[in-house]
Amino acid sequence: MARTLINVPPKAKKGEVIAIKTLISHEMETGYRHDNVGKAIPRDIITQFVCTYNGLEIFRADLFPAIAANPFISFFTIATASGAFEFKWTGDNGFSQTETANITVE
Amino acid sequence: MTADDHANRRQFLIGAASLAGGMITVLPVTDARATPDTMQAAIKKVVGSSALRKGKVTLRLPPLVENGNSVAMDVAVESPMTANDYVRAIHVFNEKNPQPNVVSVRLGPPAGQAKLSTRVRLADSQRIMAIAEMNDGSFWSDEVDVIVTIAACLEDPV
Repeated sequence: MARTLINVPPKAKKGEVIAIKTLISHEMETGYRHDNVGKAIPRDIITQFVCTYNGLEIFRADLFPAIAANPFISFFTIATASGAFEFKWTGDNGFSQTETANITVE
Repeated sequence: MTADDHANRRQFLIGAASLAGGMITVLPVTDARATPDTMQAAIKKVVGSSALRKGKVTLRLPPLVENGNSVAMDVAVESPMTANDYVRAIHVFNEKNPQPNVVSVRLGPPAGQAKLSTRVRLADSQRIMAIAEMNDGSFWSDEVDVIVTIAACLEDPV
C-alpha cells in the first residue's frame, strides 16, 4: 500500500467551492532510464486517477511519465451534500489503491 | 601569383561568403523553435480539425527551473462552470520530454472552478502548452517557455 495524503475540508457550506489536494507516494518510473549496467528500467507509473463524490465522478486525470514522482494533484469541487469522496489511483503492474474522505456540508 | 590563382581565391571567397550567407538565413529558422512534430501530432489528436485559439487558459510554471524532476504547474481556465458552459477537459503538452503528453484531465460542472495543480518533470528547456476543451467543442490554449538547468531523466537511478 502506498502512502497517501488527502486534504479535504472536513466542513463546508452548501454551494461553496472547495479545494481538494491529493498526494500518493509512488516512484513514477518513466521507463526511459537505465540502471548502472545499462539495462532499461521498465516503466512503472500511475496511469489514472479518478475522484468520485457520493458516487458521482467529478474529476479524472490520465497521468504520463512526465508527472513527477509522488504525484500531487489538486483540483476543486462544489460542496453539494454531506458524504464521501472516493479517490482511486490505478497504474502499471496492477497498481490500484482507493482512499476515502468524508465531508460535512451545512 | 598567376591570374588563375586569383580567380581560384576569388571563387573560394565567393563560396565562403555564400556559405556564411546561407548560415545566416538558416539560423533564424532553428532559432524560431519549430515546435517538434510529436507535440503537434499529440495536439492534433486532441483538437482534431477544430480551431485552437489563444486565451481563457492560464498556465503557470516557474520561468527558471533548477531541478526538472519536480516542477509545480498550475492550469486555470476562465469558465463559469455551469451546466451550459463548462470546461470538459484540460490537456498539457511538452516539446522535449520523451513523450509529448504531460497530463489530461476530465472535469465538468461539479468542479465549480476549472483549476488544476500538479508537479511535472521537464527533460529540457522547452515550451509547455495547456489546452482547454470547452463543452461547446472549442479549444483554448496557453503557452509558457521554461528554462531548466538540471533536467529530469538524466540522473542515475538510486
